Amino acid sequence: MTAEAVLFFVFAGIAVLGALNLVIQRHPIHSALSLIVVMAALAVLYLLLGAEFIAAIQVIVYAGAIMVLFVLVIMLLNAGEEERTNLSQAARYLGLPVAVLLLGAMSWMLFRAGPADGLVQADRFLGQTGPIGRLLFTDYALPFELTSVLILIAVLGAVVLAKKEL
Amino acid sequence: MVPLSYYLVLSAVLFGLGVVGFLLKRSVITIFMSIELMLNAVNLAFVAFSYQWQALSGQVYVFFVIVVAAAEAAVGLAIIILVFRNRASLNVERLDSMKW
Repeated sequence: MTAEAVLFFVFAGIAVLGALNLVIQRHPIHSALSLIVVMAALAVLYLLLGAEFIAAIQVIVYAGAIMVLFVLVIMLLNAGEEERTNLSQAARYLGLPVAVLLLGAMSWMLFRAGPADGLVQADRFLGQTGPIGRLLFTDYALPFELTSVLILIAVLGAVVLAKKEL
Repeated sequence: MVPLSYYLVLSAVLFGLGVVGFLLKRSVITIFMSIELMLNAVNLAFVAFSYQWQALSGQVYVFFVIVVAAAEAAVGLAIIILVFRNRASLNVERLDSMKW
């Protein structure tokens, strides 16, 4: 096994365990922290795929900004453990098999979508900041400008919604 | 070095776990975090396919997904704060005034 394969399996395992922990934990703050673990592991996987810029903004924007917002709100609302509620009979006996079926079908389809022989090499393809920026300001200039409008509306919406009285 | 399919299967597994969390959890915040997990899984698939086709467009799309997720988190968490202020509960089973 090469170093890249070892890195992949270690961080893929960490990501899956973190996602499992997110579902299992009953306290929202524990779920939030395991989601941060998943995001950090995914950043390493992006690096293995050669996506340097995406790995950086994954850590800075996702794990850094968005999750801080989540943790802040959880602490602000002093959210306790979630209450246990009774599932319906159908949910209890059908839920797990259907979820496993969905997961299996999706994995199988995606497994077949990938090339059978192509091995991932980190240095074969690089998503560096320069080329991505050039693409953003040429081919994707209009969507890029529209995101600024989206962010502005989101900021206004958040302020209006969270205000005590209008 | 591992085949690209492994990355895609990992993406499917993470998405599936996000769906399970979305359906099983009872706290609004945790449900919201499950949605973020699903977005992350899709991002991984985007980056993997971007590698496969040697095209940067996939990574530009990941950039847009992250921007949308940030906007969604800001507005969604503001809504959650508002709901908590009015209902004093984060349990989705209690937020049923729009239920038929």
